Amino acid sequence: MITASDVTKRYPEGREALRHVSFEITAGEMVFLTGHSGAGKSTLFKLLAAIERPTSGSIVISGQNLAALSRSAVPYLRRKLGLLFQDRKLLFDRTVLDNVLLPLAIVGHPPRDALRRAQAALAKVGLPNRERTLPIALSGGEQQRLAIARAVVNRPAIILADEPTANLDAASAREILEIFHAFQQVGVTVLIATHDPASLPAQRPRVLRLDHGEMTELPPTSDAAVAGVLA
Amino acid sequence: MSVWLAQHLAAIRDACRRLAAAPLNSLLSLLVIGIALTLPTAGWLMIDNLRALSGDSPGVQQISIFLGLEAGKREIAEIEARLQAGKVGKWRFVPREEALKRLQAAEGMADIVASLPRNPLPDAFVVTPADSQPAELERLAKSFSGWPKVAHVQLDSAWVKRFDALLRLGHLIVMLLGVLFAGALVTITFNTIRLQILAQAAEIEVARLIGATDSYIQRPLHYFGMLQGALGGLCAALLVGIGFHLLTPLVAELAQLYGANFALQGLLALHVAALAAIGATLGWLGAKISVLIHLRRFA
Repeated sequence: MITASDVTKRYPEGREALRHVSFEITAGEMVFLTGHSGAGKSTLFKLLAAIERPTSGSIVISGQNLAALSRSAVPYLRRKLGLLFQDRKLLFDRTVLDNVLLPLAIVGHPPRDALRRAQAALAKVGLPNRERTLPIALSGGEQQRLAIARAVVNRPAIILADEPTANLDAASAREILEIFHAFQQVGVTVLIATHDPASLPAQRPRVLRLDHGEMTELPPTSDAAVAGVLA
Repeated sequence: MSVWLAQHLAAIRDACRRLAAAPLNSLLSLLVIGIALTLPTAGWLMIDNLRALSGDSPGVQQISIFLGLEAGKREIAEIEARLQAGKVGKWRFVPREEALKRLQAAEGMADIVASLPRNPLPDAFVVTPADSQPAELERLAKSFSGWPKVAHVQLDSAWVKRFDALLRLGHLIVMLLGVLFAGALVTITFNTIRLQILAQAAEIEVARLIGATDSYIQRPLHYFGMLQGALGGLCAALLVGIGFHLLTPLVAELAQLYGANFALQGLLALHVAALAAIGATLGWLGAKISVLIHLRRFA
């Protein structure tokens, strides 16, 4: 589903954010990408979302090589991805419902069908009665749920989440991870970038670790051991 | 309904929403565009009316054919036949008796005419050519002077040329004004769209990140430019209409004082539609350029 081969990303000023990164994520997997701030998680996230291009190496998502992707094809790739951004990127002058309707409008869903799907997405993330609310009136956890609803409303096969539990209390973070887990259960591939080892779930997750742009994969083990390695 | 049509309708709704979101700003923009389009439109309409006036006024762009005093009915009939065959335009025969009567009727001329031993005036034809271009008038005058029993052909070609040159100058000035104000309209729309993009930066950024194509993002802005331009064009039509409504009775009164029956011709429905279409096209152009330049940073 996602294959990165020998990916290097060097910025014009010479800083290497990623060095020879390779990994493979199969369909339906839930993978955590960890590492300290500045380790290269957000850079990898941007490469996977085709916001930036690798300096060398290749990334293939659902059979599409991102290096060969034309500029006009990028939006169509992004429609297949459920993207969650670190700063959530909600539209604060639009209602909760309008935020979720946006991806459907972009794809060109008929209004009635779009409304039904948006309401279903909001119900799935536990925001069924907040349709007319402005995002500013939501708590941090609710805003993250709204961001998830917007990311999944087009039923993507892959969810890429950059620090989805950042700035959330432990209970809210757990609830958010449970939502991701529910999506994984129905076959959605989920990649979650996090700098916080404490946010990893209790069950033994697959963890990819980035450190100064280099990737290592941690062996499957208990979350306590993972937390120990990451600490 | 197809996705394509639905997205275009949504973009039009979005453009209307943006226009209505800041009514005072929108109104001011429309007024500025309206005034920019009013000047060349009014100028063009004035030139058009002057052209019509020159065509309608007596003595203007007419050729007088004076026959020799010895010309008889047969020669008059022959010239009539030639004029008819040549399809040169409208013409009227003025017998020498009628010409004398007119001269007598002129102030201070009655005694002079009465003292004449005989009628010195010739029979004449007054021709109003269908084609009033100076070159054509001169060609006709030259041709008429070669006809039998024609003693003199009179065409005030210098006046015609002067008037035509003035009209052409006026036309050129209106064209230049049009180009200048078209540039102003494009610039106004360019700036309005720039402000729209700045105001909608967050939405555009998010839309790009979640799969919006260039067309999806640009479409409402293009429609906004078109809508603003079209409404500005209608605003200009309204301003020109008001101006001509105020001028029409005054011009008619002035024309009557000069013995002419002339009324200003204002904008027709077709002109109003053309003005809206021109405004929409220029608005679209301004929006297109602005979008190309200012959306780059969201790439």
